[in-house]
This record gives sequence, C-alpha cells and structure tokens, in this order.
Amino acid sequence: MNRPPILSWLIAFLAAAYFLVPLYATFDFSLRMVRGELTFEAYRSVLSSDVFLSALAFSTVASLTAIVLGALLVVPTAYWVRLKLPRLRPVVEFLSLMPLIIPPVVLVFGYVRMYGSSSFLPMTTTEFGINLLLVIGYVTLSLPYMFRAVDNGLSAIDIVTLSEAAESLGASRFRTIVSVIFPNVRSSLVAGAFLTFSISLSEFVITSLLNRPGFGPYMVQVGEDQAYQPAALAIMAFAFTWVCMWLMEYFATRKPGQIFAPLRKRNLLKAATR
Amino acid sequence: MVDISDGHGLAKEGRRFGSGFPMSLRLDWNWLGVAPYLTFAFLFLILPILYLIQGAFQTPDGSYSLTTLISLSQPQLAGSYWLSIRLSFVSASLGAVFGLFLACALILGGLPSWMRRAFMTYSGVASNFAGVPLAFAFIATLGRLGLATLILRDVFGLNIYAAGFSLFSFWGLAIVYLYFQMPLMVLMITPALEGLRPQWKEAAESLGASTWQYWRHIGLPILAPSVLGCFLLLFANAFGTLATIYALTGGNYEVVPIVLFQQIRGNVLYNPNLGYALAFGMILIMIVTNSLYFLLRRRAERWQK
Repeated sequence: MNRPPILSWLIAFLAAAYFLVPLYATFDFSLRMVRGELTFEAYRSVLSSDVFLSALAFSTVASLTAIVLGALLVVPTAYWVRLKLPRLRPVVEFLSLMPLIIPPVVLVFGYVRMYGSSSFLPMTTTEFGINLLLVIGYVTLSLPYMFRAVDNGLSAIDIVTLSEAAESLGASRFRTIVSVIFPNVRSSLVAGAFLTFSISLSEFVITSLLNRPGFGPYMVQVGEDQAYQPAALAIMAFAFTWVCMWLMEYFATRKPGQIFAPLRKRNLLKAATR
Repeated sequence: MVDISDGHGLAKEGRRFGSGFPMSLRLDWNWLGVAPYLTFAFLFLILPILYLIQGAFQTPDGSYSLTTLISLSQPQLAGSYWLSIRLSFVSASLGAVFGLFLACALILGGLPSWMRRAFMTYSGVASNFAGVPLAFAFIATLGRLGLATLILRDVFGLNIYAAGFSLFSFWGLAIVYLYFQMPLMVLMITPALEGLRPQWKEAAESLGASTWQYWRHIGLPILAPSVLGCFLLLFANAFGTLATIYALTGGNYEVVPIVLFQQIRGNVLYNPNLGYALAFGMILIMIVTNSLYFLLRRRAERWQK
C-alpha cells in the first residue's frame, strides 16, 4: 500500500470513539442511581418491576408467534417457487421486499383503517383480532429478512434432486417439506428468526399504535418517567441485539446441506455415467 | 332457506365433478402452492396501501377530488415535509461520507484484518441498534447531563448547551441518526470497494498515473453509482425513522412520521383524509428513492461481472 496507513488508523480511531463513547457513557450513567456509589441498582430496579416482566413476556410471545407464522408462510413458498414456479420469482421477491419500502407507520395506518370496525374483516374490534394484527405486522416487517435467509438456504441445497428422491420413496408433498426440505434450511431459518426476534421484540411503532402492552411502548414510558433505568435498559437492549446478531451470523454461515447436497449430486452423476 | 339450498347445490355440484378433478387439479396445483403467501401479501401489504392511496384522493365526505392532496401545501404540513427531507438529507450525507471513509480505511487502507472484522461485526449490530434504546444511549452521552457534555464542560471548559447545541435539535438528531446510518453505509458499500480490482490500479500506475489520477479518473467514477445508491437508501431509511426521534423528543419534533403518528393517535389535523395524504406523500418519496436506487445499482453492477 503506497497510501500512508496513518490516515486509516486515524479514521478507524475516530469511528471507534464515536461508536464506543455512547456505549461507555450509557453504562457509566446506568451505574449511578445511588448517589456517590457505583451500583447495579438501576438494573435491579428494572428487572424486579412487574411491568417490565409482563411487557417482556407479551413481546416475547408475540415475536415467537410471528417467527412461527413467518416460517410457515415463507418456507413452503420459497421452496415451491424454486421448484415449480421460477417465473413467479420476481413477483414473490418484490412482495417480500415491499416492507423495506413502506414505513411501518404507514403500514399500521393502513391496517387500522382497513381492518377497523366497519371493514369486511373487523380485526380491531376484538382483543384476539388486535393481537393477531400485531403478529401479522411483525411477520410483514420481518418478511424481507426471512425470505432472503430461507431463499439463500435453499440455494445451497439441490432441492430438485432431494424432492425427486423423497417422491420416489413415496413421500407426499407435505412430508417432503416437513422432513426433507425443512431440516435442510433449518440453520438459515434460525438465522432469519434471530433477526426477526431482535426487530420485533422492541418494536415501537406498530405496537404502540395498536395499543398493545409490548416492550417498545414500555421502554418509551420508562424514558419519560425515570432517569437511570432507561440507561440500564439501553445497555441490556444492546447486549440483546449483539447476542441475536451473533447467533444469526453463527447459524447463517453453518449450512449442513452444503456438504451433503453436492456429494449426493456427484454420486448420482457417477451412477448415471456408469 | 335460499342460502341453505344454494350451499347444498354447490356441494353436490362439486362432488359430481369429482371424477374429472385430477386433470384440472394438476394445472391449478402449482398456483395453489404460493396462494397463502400471495393472499397474505395482498391482504396485509397491497390492500392497506391501496386503501390509503384511495383515501388521499378523497374528501372526508367520500367524493373524489384533489383538495386533500393540495392541502398538503398548507404551512404546517409542507414545513414538516421540508424538515424531514432536510434531516434525512443531512444524516444520509454524513452517513455516506463518513461510512465511505471508514470502509475505505478498512478495506483499502492496510489495516490489520482483526480490526476489519471487529468493525464489520460492530456495524451489523449498530445498524440494527436503532429505536428507543439508541435514544436513551445518546441522552446519557450528549443530553444535558450526559457524560460527554459534562466532560466537555468540566475538562475542556466547553459548555455546548450554553453555546446553543441541543441533542433535541436538528443537528443533535443528525448526530444520533449517524449512529445507525454510518455502519449501514459501511456494510452496503463494502462489496463495491471489494469489487475494485487491483489490476485497474496496476494498469493505471504502469501508464504513469498518480494515486490522485487513479481515483479521479477510475476509482471514483466506478464507485459513484454505488455511493449514490447507498445514499438514497440511507435517505429513505432516515425518512421513515420514528421510534428514535419519538423517544428523544416525546413526539414534539414535527417530522412527517411523527405528525402521521399523532394523527393516527388522535386526528390532530382535524381532517381524517389529511392522514391519508401524508401517508401517500411518504409512500411516494419512498418509491422514488428506492426506484432510483435500483436503477443506480443496475448501473453499478456493470463493473462487477
């Protein structure tokens, strides 16, 4: 390199400072709840509050439901498009990317008006309906990531051969998806699931506008009422995001089908040429 | 009575055609496989958006007209659009420039590879660390009693709040946005930087070009569409940001998403259709920026074959 790396070091140092100072400041602030001492009192206060636990429980259940629903929606579709309907691929892919274009506030506005009390599908009139609408909102937000993750997973395995093999052994379509395709994309699916989880657990806009007692609105409320607890929450949220991203990386790069499928294909080819 | 007999007749008919089913089923079966997905997308993506767009072209009594859209030009709403556009433009510019510098330093600048990995991992986390917790972190850093504010005041004798700075003002918000915009830029521009082939540089050098000439005539023109495309995505990203700004300002900073949020909560504009018009404006801006991004990306991919 003929450019002096001093400049690179300087840039990296400034960027690291910008990234790390807020983290350090927040951590420092979160320890100062008791005057003159450094304690974890703010964390204890947050973790022992009933509202925290109920909000976290609510959002966890909603996010997990969204992950299951999203997987049920995305896995068969991505598989089917690759296997039978490659022509439809641009349409399906475009629809999966739409939530990146439409801001959540616009989306939930549409839901509230479209599925309000005077609609053909009045979902906002019952408790169950609103919760379902919330989960649907989370599924929609995570659609781009789930579809991308699963589709990448599918591209690594030879689904045509696997499907034919399953079929020739007498498996039904359903059976093929459940016991052949699903285990092969499990890693990618889990990777997408962790991203979904980290997005929907602290989601604020949709949760708040549907008046659900989720974690996002809870955090905003704490931010308005208290001084030190928000900093503790921010540190915990950062650690949570980090763990989710780490697990996502771990599962996204671990592809059991990758070694398995080409081997099988080679064997088949060998058998065919013999 | 009529309903019941109708239903019965239909069921019978279905059974009567039962024998001829497999043939027609085979034709329809392929489409049925994506039916749940398409239905979901239609019900919860397309239909709600069409509903909002239709509302933007109606007056509250239901007749079609352009008056609702035209009333977007009233000072309050036009002002919030202008504010949103300026904030998105500034935060996207800062994010694009600093992100590009950082990515260049990491990929072309001869830094050790552990450092590059660390920054990439951190960028992945930080670009997802938006929303309410980010607001809390910056209040603890640059708020009135934040650590950085106090250190600047007590150690360097620089009272930034007395000098007119506020975390809850335009530039304060731009600095907060930068925390997720810059890492996003690093992640998005990295593939383009990695696509700059060393041979191009070697060829330029063997023809006697200086480093400056290489960047002026080869490097930058190749990177320009990618950089511009990433800038547009950052712009769209900032334009739709709501949770961060809401947690920072309590909903008192009137960018478009906040105004729409308040309107959905309690019809603060006293005209339900103005909400539709606001949403329509947002959709329009998102479509324009994303389409331009798409065109630029196709142009950028020319060099990556």
